Amino acid sequence: MAYLFRTPQQQTEMLQTIGVPSIDELLTQIPAGLQHRGLLKLPPALTEIELEQHVRRLAADSDGASTRTCFLGGGAYDHFIPSVVDEITGRGEFYTAYTPYQAEASQGSLQAFFEYQSLICELTGLDVSNASLYEGGSAISEAVTMAMRSTDRRGNVVLCGGVHPEAVQVVQTHVLHFGTDVRVAPLVNGVTDHAALAKLVDDQTAAIVVQDPNVLGALEDVAAVSALAHQQGALCIVAFDPLSLGVLKRPGERGADIAVAEGQSLGIPLQFGGPYLGVLACKNEFVRKLPGRLIGETVDRNGKRCFVLNLQAREQHIRREKATSNICTNQGLMALRATVYLAQMGPQGLREVAELCCQKAHYAAEKLAAVPGLKRFSTAPFLKEFALTSDKPASHWQTKAEAAGFDIGPCLNRLPAILGMSAVDRDRAFLVAVTECRTKDDIDRLAAALQS
Amino acid sequence: MRNTQAVQLLSELSHTGRRAETFPAADVPAHSLADMIPAEYLASQPPQLPELTEPDVVRHYVNLSTLNMSVDTHFYPLGSCTMKYNPKRHERLAKLPGIVDVHPYQSAANMQGLLAILYEMQEMLAEIAGLPAVSMQPAAGAQGELTALLVAAAYFRDKGEHRTKVVFPASAHGTNPASAAIAGFDCIQLPATANGFIDLDALRKVVDKDTAVFMVTNPNTLGLFEPDIAAAAQILHDAGGLVYIDGANMNAIMGITRPGDFGGDMMHYNVHKTFTGPHGAGGPGAGPIGVRDFLKDYLPGPIITKTTAVDGQVTYDLTTPVKSIGRVRTHFGNVGILLRGYFYLRTLGAQGVRDAAEQAILNANYLKAVLAPILNVPMGKYCLHEFVASASDVLKARGISAMEIAKRLLDFGFHAPTVYFPLVVPEALMMEPTETESKETLDAFAAAVAKILEEDAAFLKNAPHTLPISRPSDVQAARNPVLKWTPCLRD
Repeated sequence: MAYLFRTPQQQTEMLQTIGVPSIDELLTQIPAGLQHRGLLKLPPALTEIELEQHVRRLAADSDGASTRTCFLGGGAYDHFIPSVVDEITGRGEFYTAYTPYQAEASQGSLQAFFEYQSLICELTGLDVSNASLYEGGSAISEAVTMAMRSTDRRGNVVLCGGVHPEAVQVVQTHVLHFGTDVRVAPLVNGVTDHAALAKLVDDQTAAIVVQDPNVLGALEDVAAVSALAHQQGALCIVAFDPLSLGVLKRPGERGADIAVAEGQSLGIPLQFGGPYLGVLACKNEFVRKLPGRLIGETVDRNGKRCFVLNLQAREQHIRREKATSNICTNQGLMALRATVYLAQMGPQGLREVAELCCQKAHYAAEKLAAVPGLKRFSTAPFLKEFALTSDKPASHWQTKAEAAGFDIGPCLNRLPAILGMSAVDRDRAFLVAVTECRTKDDIDRLAAALQS
Repeated sequence: MRNTQAVQLLSELSHTGRRAETFPAADVPAHSLADMIPAEYLASQPPQLPELTEPDVVRHYVNLSTLNMSVDTHFYPLGSCTMKYNPKRHERLAKLPGIVDVHPYQSAANMQGLLAILYEMQEMLAEIAGLPAVSMQPAAGAQGELTALLVAAAYFRDKGEHRTKVVFPASAHGTNPASAAIAGFDCIQLPATANGFIDLDALRKVVDKDTAVFMVTNPNTLGLFEPDIAAAAQILHDAGGLVYIDGANMNAIMGITRPGDFGGDMMHYNVHKTFTGPHGAGGPGAGPIGVRDFLKDYLPGPIITKTTAVDGQVTYDLTTPVKSIGRVRTHFGNVGILLRGYFYLRTLGAQGVRDAAEQAILNANYLKAVLAPILNVPMGKYCLHEFVASASDVLKARGISAMEIAKRLLDFGFHAPTVYFPLVVPEALMMEPTETESKETLDAFAAAVAKILEEDAAFLKNAPHTLPISRPSDVQAARNPVLKWTPCLRD
């Protein structure tokens, strides 16, 4: 069963038209010695009903956020996804289309992605957004190399210690071989140590990257970071949480030259880490250095408004080794999810979600920090996520929570090292994230479970 | 039925005060925002998003969807893209609880079922590649290329060798040189033989002790199997270099021959192509890589490991290889797409995989044969899963270019082939029908091409004639880039 149309008679006719006796004849261009003998060792084929039973059995051996109660954070969150997001993105006309290279046959995707770019510009307060990157970490990495090209500085990049440590690794993977120094400023009280940060920045710094809220959920003084960057002629890259902008100032108003985000919170399911959405927006002056696809508005021959892939001379299929990035396939369908999500939310919806997360997270922080033995890791202000610590290993609390059906974390020792946190800190601290989906009752029961 | 009303932008549909989603009031004791967040961080108002009702949103996007061609609605013979049917069962299964709602930082004990699926996928990818170690982290083919090149760099560094060059044929996808440059290598482009194949003599001339990797797409972008692939691999291996197989065209050879068996040391898959991802209007994809045993310690983590206890209890876990290059992205990988690939491979089984490749080859050769009297295919007597026709002759004779044929095909209800790629064929029309199309569809497509070639050249210059828009002005788009709407949010 390979979704084939062949009938014996048609196959014979087709072979006759081609002028060969068999399909094997067509395969003779593959040297016989290189052909695989016999069949591959793959598990047996399943009919739809068998596949459904097989997958349901395995899915039942996994428990996700819909059956457990999820207080997990660390860059992926159990936010509510309105039904319209799945309905729209479930349309075959969208999800079975290719990259919109033929504009006349792709106006649906092109306009949706143009709207995505427009919404991201509104969200970030910046001038230009691309049409998506893979996910938050590689978006940071792309922003860093974009800053290196824009400033023509290769010496170093400086990351605030609150940048997600997996993203720090991604940046290291991408730039260390250029000889570029990746400097990380330590955290103090869970936020960037600005004095230490200032010492790391010099006239060879291409960019400073600050994440807000940071990996511990704490709010950073983004304006101070951007002022420091601009003093030294470096760019300021702000990694933001899209939903936080329902209440927080936009990156563009806080001095960001480039803003990037993990877009998972915009209507994208958790699905064990991907596909998610890499968001990247910047000021107008950097548009020709942007990685990835850009959709532009234009007119057709009759003067009718329409949309096309624009400024493609930056891209790999034209520029090859001189391209601004190697990205080709992006995250189109995830960008569409974010577009529909933001359209459905509107300004009020966005504000309410951000406020609900904030209210509930603050209630949870109060409640959980009152559990004997537990306290907040940092006193810094936060939005929807915070770190707790105690004199016990974090796994002690996590095990208790899990036994009662709650997921909390990640424990900080599950992530790569964070500068400014000792090994002991990392073993003891864990994150708690509270989305609009959690209720007061969930929080009270979690507190009770940890207290027991 | 397509709605012929003028298409508006979301911003033009907006009216102040309209809403779609609403939320319950907070069920916890509420504080004022100013008590929780420093005033200097707070926005005075939320971003100026459009204000719409849910019916607005739904009608808008459903109507937009009807302006697309897609595999569900049209024959889509876009060469190099493998636009095969996307089975509907995949969509339902990928959304099951226990799969779609698993948080990346859940404990492994609570996601054994999902890890079992991903482990089996890892094993199947290794078997189809003939390469034993697999990383499923890369989000797309290009990221797979980059990952493999970084793995190669780490391997050579570990051996104390400093190799600076990556070699690739002129017909390579643009991502190959772009990935090599980003991985810090010098790019060496290799001329092809007159038949469009790897030129072994040219290869011998450039490969030396500084050559790290030869990147090659096999079958190549002409849809032909490289006859000298084994000899080319030998040249690299003799010089201590590695061979990278770009797996963009795996649909032609899965189950028939394996990159690991024809000399590849590393490869990437495009799960969204070969294993019917789907394409999602430009992604997401998944670009897992397979490598030889001696490279496995350098793979990005995590990968899934399986342990069987003495009592037979199987446990799956996430581990990072000892000398890992680090991460190329956050979290595990594009799991949603990998799962669809898994469902596909479990549906097909070994025979189905081979059947799919054979039928893809049959369909491509049939279409090539039917078009042969009217459209020249300069390279190759028989092709594999795709072929590259050239409109050079009809351009000379009738003034009809590849672009005009492509655009006019849209009027006939067929998506255009890939045009002007690969660069080695002038006026290229690259056609990949895939295995999930019928003879009737191929015949109808060929008939449309025949009809177009008899049409008036001036008429074709203005094609398409029946689509929602006529040809857009790329010049105006580039000269005066408009990359977002001008807000016109209304009261």
